[in-house]
Amino acid sequence: MSAQSSNGNAPSRELLEKLFRTAYKIRVFETEGIKLYRQGLIRGYFHPYLGQEGIATGVCAALKDGDYIASTHRGHGHCIAWGASINKMVAELLQKDTGYCRGYGGSMHIADIKAGNLGANGIVGAGTPLGVGAALASQIKGTDAVTVTFTTDGASNNGTFMESLNLAAIWNLAFVLVVENNQYAVSTKIEESTREVDLYKRGLAIGVESYQVDGNDSLAVYNMTKDAVEKCRRGEGPILIEAKTYRHMGHHVNDPGKYMPADRLAYYKERDPVDRARAALTEMSGIDQSEIDAIENEIRLEFEAAVEFSKASGEVTIAEFREFAAAY
Amino acid sequence: MYRDALREAIDEEMERDSSVFIIGEGIAERGGSYKVTEGLLDKYGANRVRDTPIAEAGMIGVGVGAAIAGARPIVEILYVDFAMLGMDMLVNQAAKFRLMTGGDGRVPFVMRTQGGTGGGVAAQHSQSLEALFYHIPGLQVVMPSVPADAKGLLKYALRQQDPVMFLEHKHLYMTKGMVPDGEHVIEFGKGDIKRPGKDVTIIAWSNMIPRALEAAAKLAEEGIDAEVLDPRTLVPLDKAMILTSVAKTNRVVIAQEAVRRGGVASDIASIIQAEAFYDLDAPIEIVAGLNIPVPFNLELEKASVPQVDDIVVAARRTLHAKSFALAAE
Repeated sequence: MSAQSSNGNAPSRELLEKLFRTAYKIRVFETEGIKLYRQGLIRGYFHPYLGQEGIATGVCAALKDGDYIASTHRGHGHCIAWGASINKMVAELLQKDTGYCRGYGGSMHIADIKAGNLGANGIVGAGTPLGVGAALASQIKGTDAVTVTFTTDGASNNGTFMESLNLAAIWNLAFVLVVENNQYAVSTKIEESTREVDLYKRGLAIGVESYQVDGNDSLAVYNMTKDAVEKCRRGEGPILIEAKTYRHMGHHVNDPGKYMPADRLAYYKERDPVDRARAALTEMSGIDQSEIDAIENEIRLEFEAAVEFSKASGEVTIAEFREFAAAY
Repeated sequence: MYRDALREAIDEEMERDSSVFIIGEGIAERGGSYKVTEGLLDKYGANRVRDTPIAEAGMIGVGVGAAIAGARPIVEILYVDFAMLGMDMLVNQAAKFRLMTGGDGRVPFVMRTQGGTGGGVAAQHSQSLEALFYHIPGLQVVMPSVPADAKGLLKYALRQQDPVMFLEHKHLYMTKGMVPDGEHVIEFGKGDIKRPGKDVTIIAWSNMIPRALEAAAKLAEEGIDAEVLDPRTLVPLDKAMILTSVAKTNRVVIAQEAVRRGGVASDIASIIQAEAFYDLDAPIEIVAGLNIPVPFNLELEKASVPQVDDIVVAARRTLHAKSFALAAE
């Protein structure tokens, strides 16, 4: 629950820059993606991660190659923080053959199995058992991989939340459950979903080491996750981390979020995770503004290039689809 | 016995492939309610043979996740009725993952469970639910009727890249039958002619096979030579075997223990009428369970699912239709 790094040393410029780059990249992806959605270029559902960037950013920075993540239905941020190709992500949202799922999956189903990303999920809460399963596979194979499932306050009232966390606990799996508590289950506020709004207590109830962190502070999230991951690699898992946060808008692009009180939204916007990552980089590393500008410009250009790449890409043909369907 | 054949399959595949593991309720120290997993804990250890809490949605989901991550789980669910708690993981996750990932994501997941009526275990422990899985694209559905098929199909299941619903029958675990020596693997989609015949085709699976064979023996006493087909896997379905048999006999009875409404028998009948209409000399007969939950009372239970005589009567009806046709000529 502290912004200090786990070993007490000041965070490196490399780490701070990585955190800022990731958080900013998610911010650009979502804000520009919403514009594409408004233009009719993206169809279906689009659940923005705006306001929650600090969590995926901090968590994924604490993982390494060979680890696994499982995501939520609000999954763009997790993919980006995990190092996904922006080209392939945008192409998927534009239903192109060059997308992660060749246009078969879309926003809620982006996955990259080879890279250890088990995918976003259209069923709220489903990533928890799937992530525990990946952790079980790692234990059976005897690898040191850690699996993180990102789940949500909304998913915490689904039965699989406790069922799977309990399985991880009885088997001492290398599993970190990150509960992104954005305080809304679609539009229902957390106080109406549960009597106990501090969700880390759910883990304590079944003997799982559990913590709470400010989800809008990517450095704090990183430090806490780093400790959790190290414990998991030592066989001391699973661990639950509740990250408090707040959405910057409604549940999806077409939800104006009128049920979100203005003062509460303002409170969290003042604690914007991208601004805080930028401030941490500026204040702790001595980086100058021109370097920040260069980073932001580079990320914007990367997104623009991804849009061009996607627009130029083709779609799966009906003939190819029929061939694929024949396998069923 | 059927249960020994299943155990042999699991044992041989665990020996062959270290990523195969099994989880379920009471499957480790106890060896499973039907003794299928007896001895596996001693041989393979607690890492690969694990008891679970009573949490079907969680354990099926964990199995699916492990499969996505490259292991080969067998999740044993005590009764197919209990698999209903894990339907999201089967229907929305396992079955759809391959398509949703554009073909890259595979789920080599096997759920073993058992269904059917079996001596008064009542409505929540007696169902035949294959049609639910049959309906979902992406799930393979296996229903072995004899020990040899049980072994060969389970070994094949454990070498698949896509999810398998392996549905055993509680009445069959102690049935006997020869199992070939040595490596015995049966490919999916290859049915088996359990009894060759020329007058009427009886299509059945799982526990309806012994009943269909008994019915065929009775029909033989009347001079009716029935051919009994066992598709063994409903998805994929051996259409070629069925259509070849129909071309020969021109009459069809389909027997399923599951309730009639929305059943697999109806779908097979629709395939036959679409692809072999002009081979048929009589309407297709479907013998199926009543459209009702299974009652506890043993006589009522018996009355709720097809018995041998129901199959005999249905077969006779298909032949009477022929005799009318001959009289008209």
